[in-house]
Amino acid sequence: MTALIDVRRVFTHVEEIHHEFGPVASAPLVRGAIAAVLRNPYAGTYYADILPMMEALNPLGVDLAKQLCEAMGVFPEAIQGYGKGAIVGAAGELEHGALWHVPGGYAMRELLGWKGDRAAYLAGKGGVSTGQPGNALSIVPSTKKVGPPGTTLDVPMTHINASYVRSHFDAIEVCVPGSPRSDELIVILAMSTGARVHARVGGLAAQDISQWNGLR
Amino acid sequence: MKSQIRKIIVQVDEVLQEGGQAVSPPTRRALAMAVIANPYAGKFSENLDQLIDIGEELGGLLGERCVKALGIQPEDAHSYGKAAIVGEAGELEHAAAILHPKLGAPLRKAVSKGAALVPSAKKQGTLGTAIDVPLGHKDAAFVRSHFDAMEARVNDAPRANEIVVAVVVTDSGRPHPRIGGLQVHEITGTDGLR
Repeated sequence: MTALIDVRRVFTHVEEIHHEFGPVASAPLVRGAIAAVLRNPYAGTYYADILPMMEALNPLGVDLAKQLCEAMGVFPEAIQGYGKGAIVGAAGELEHGALWHVPGGYAMRELLGWKGDRAAYLAGKGGVSTGQPGNALSIVPSTKKVGPPGTTLDVPMTHINASYVRSHFDAIEVCVPGSPRSDELIVILAMSTGARVHARVGGLAAQDISQWNGLR
Repeated sequence: MKSQIRKIIVQVDEVLQEGGQAVSPPTRRALAMAVIANPYAGKFSENLDQLIDIGEELGGLLGERCVKALGIQPEDAHSYGKAAIVGEAGELEHAAAILHPKLGAPLRKAVSKGAALVPSAKKQGTLGTAIDVPLGHKDAAFVRSHFDAMEARVNDAPRANEIVVAVVVTDSGRPHPRIGGLQVHEITGTDGLR
């Protein structure tokens, strides 16, 4: 009997964006994604109860979140955007990808859910209490699909504390060449350190978040 | 900086199991890519010195990024490879100018030694074009366990006036190599071949 969580391959992707044909950013935007390729224990047969795997994915999620942040070369306090996704091999169901919703979000909150004043912290003034109850307040946007090896998935990203922050609506394309095989599942986390490199379409700005309800 | 870099992308591919068997230690391949402006896009130039200098700069930068991403010492690198994708306003010869004259020396420094030829590939392409970067052992090209390739692509590059430059460094060969040939422990490493 193999373990419910059986990881075969881990793929990390980190990009530094200096510009997109406009002014060069003073510090490049860093975006990254991490993808774990694992055995789909439910491939090939319909199982009514797939919830045991959802619970079992929690430690993997936390581990992937930490690994991604490390690969991006930043501290968790620098992460401003996030997203998640799953690609299910051909012998599985879309529903198997949905198993990632809860553990993927849990992973982000474990890594980023630090309580305190981020601006004060980054300015070296310690964590002065404000109206912000914590980080990772927003729903972690997600997408998933069933596909063959080499399938690409555009993983949506939004601001970690307020979904409506317009500058942080983004997406990162993830592809693991050769995966998933039909009996495999790919679970993905994505993070970014800021807004789109030339964000300028208005809307709610990150510094104007005030409701701390995950939306505004 | 001689090159105008729009983006740098680093990927690490770690394989823990293959064919149902654990890979121990896991095989790891790192790919570093730079998306740069092509200074000769849209015009024929007999002299390609700017790209030759850019190649020298990127050989070191991308090689070091790979080694850093693997978290290894330079002498622990096993194999390497290089490739370039030229946008449609450029020529295949522009890829050659980056890859062949000067990229190798700083890359070899990043991985220490590097007696063997750096295997390479080049093509013209557009946004999202994939190129398979060929890999070979850095000190002995005939090591059969390390013949491999890693796919490189950037979804929004190369634009017509851009070039994607890719370098791969590994700390291992293929998972479960078992087709014989020259083995790593048999390398003499003097002629770059065996």
